[in-house]
Amino acid sequence: MAVESLAGNVSETPATGQTVTLEVFRYRPEEETEPVYQAYEVPVHKDWVVLDALNHIKDHLDGTLSYRWSCRMGVCGSCGMMVNGDARLTCATFVESLLPGPIRVEPLENFPVVRDLVIEMTDFMEKLESVKPWIIRDEEKPLEDGEYLQTPAQLADFEQFSMCINCLLCYAACPVYGLEPGFTGPAVIALAQRYNLDSRDQGAGERNAVLDTDEGIWQCTLVGECSEVCPKDVDPAAAIQRYKVSSTLQWYRNLLMPWSSK
Amino acid sequence: MSANPQHTPYHPRWYRAPMPIFWWVRRWIHARFILRELTSIFVAGYALVYLLQLRALGMGPEAYGRFLELLQSPLSISLHGISLVFVMYHSITWFNLAPRALSLRLGGRRVPDKVIAGLNFAAWAGMSAALLWVTLTG
Repeated sequence: MAVESLAGNVSETPATGQTVTLEVFRYRPEEETEPVYQAYEVPVHKDWVVLDALNHIKDHLDGTLSYRWSCRMGVCGSCGMMVNGDARLTCATFVESLLPGPIRVEPLENFPVVRDLVIEMTDFMEKLESVKPWIIRDEEKPLEDGEYLQTPAQLADFEQFSMCINCLLCYAACPVYGLEPGFTGPAVIALAQRYNLDSRDQGAGERNAVLDTDEGIWQCTLVGECSEVCPKDVDPAAAIQRYKVSSTLQWYRNLLMPWSSK
Repeated sequence: MSANPQHTPYHPRWYRAPMPIFWWVRRWIHARFILRELTSIFVAGYALVYLLQLRALGMGPEAYGRFLELLQSPLSISLHGISLVFVMYHSITWFNLAPRALSLRLGGRRVPDKVIAGLNFAAWAGMSAALLWVTLTG
């Protein structure tokens, strides 16, 4: 009932009388070995986003279409797809901005496709875990000593990188990840930086073992597209370049003052 | 969810789109990136010319004269012209990227990207002017 009324609300936004064609990537492993494109004629409603158009297909035209979505407000990071070749959150991409169409909707690039618009993201989840995206302390202080305090300036050092919603648009936009699937990738490195730059964290050394390697930061050739597509302005490209700078400085420091290495 | 018997047999049959060799021609931003990577060949070529010039200088005035003559050939001049275009492109895109790698804080505030790029460009222009002055007056 709740779902029905939700769908009802969406289609009540004024229809413009126009229609637009959505060319949707279909891959049904039990039916085909190569993907095909299926065209759907969808009414244009004012304020509809591409996700609304997909929901219209799912509800009224073809219930077999598979895709991921959840919050519809750019927070959950589930609905990332390629829209006309660009990695976009479909909940934040207005149909009106793509008229007269056709609008091509494909699964995120550089990931295996499970079905239709649904991609396999285990690789990302494993890489994310490998950089220990949590606060690491050499020694936890006892509870009665209170919380770890932080100034607004210290928060500002990493706040931008904490905005990541793991939507994977940056991986779909990164040709390095497409060519070298072993590459740790933009979001994971940005999230590692989020903790490295946190004044409460002491785990930079542990993360370095994963990141200061060829498959970590050094495979990045600074295409910069990850930062362009990021819906949260995380700027992973900047995170990676700054990591390269600090890692290089550390290397020289160890070379010139071997006794000071921690 | 796992009660669906249909799911398991198909689970490994993921579709993996191959990455075409010319993946970078599809989008301008990628073509621009490959162009920037290609400029490094010209930067390296220019460095090589300098090394050869030093070598000729070490071999005496006669060898150096021959080298200078070689540099004045139409082929050499046109190659230098092409290299100049690529090296300029390399430098400009590089300085524009500098704010990505540099996060400076002054008085608790982040130095704006434009200032960081601008300082790089200013340093470049200053050094070029100094070099030009030394070359023309020296």
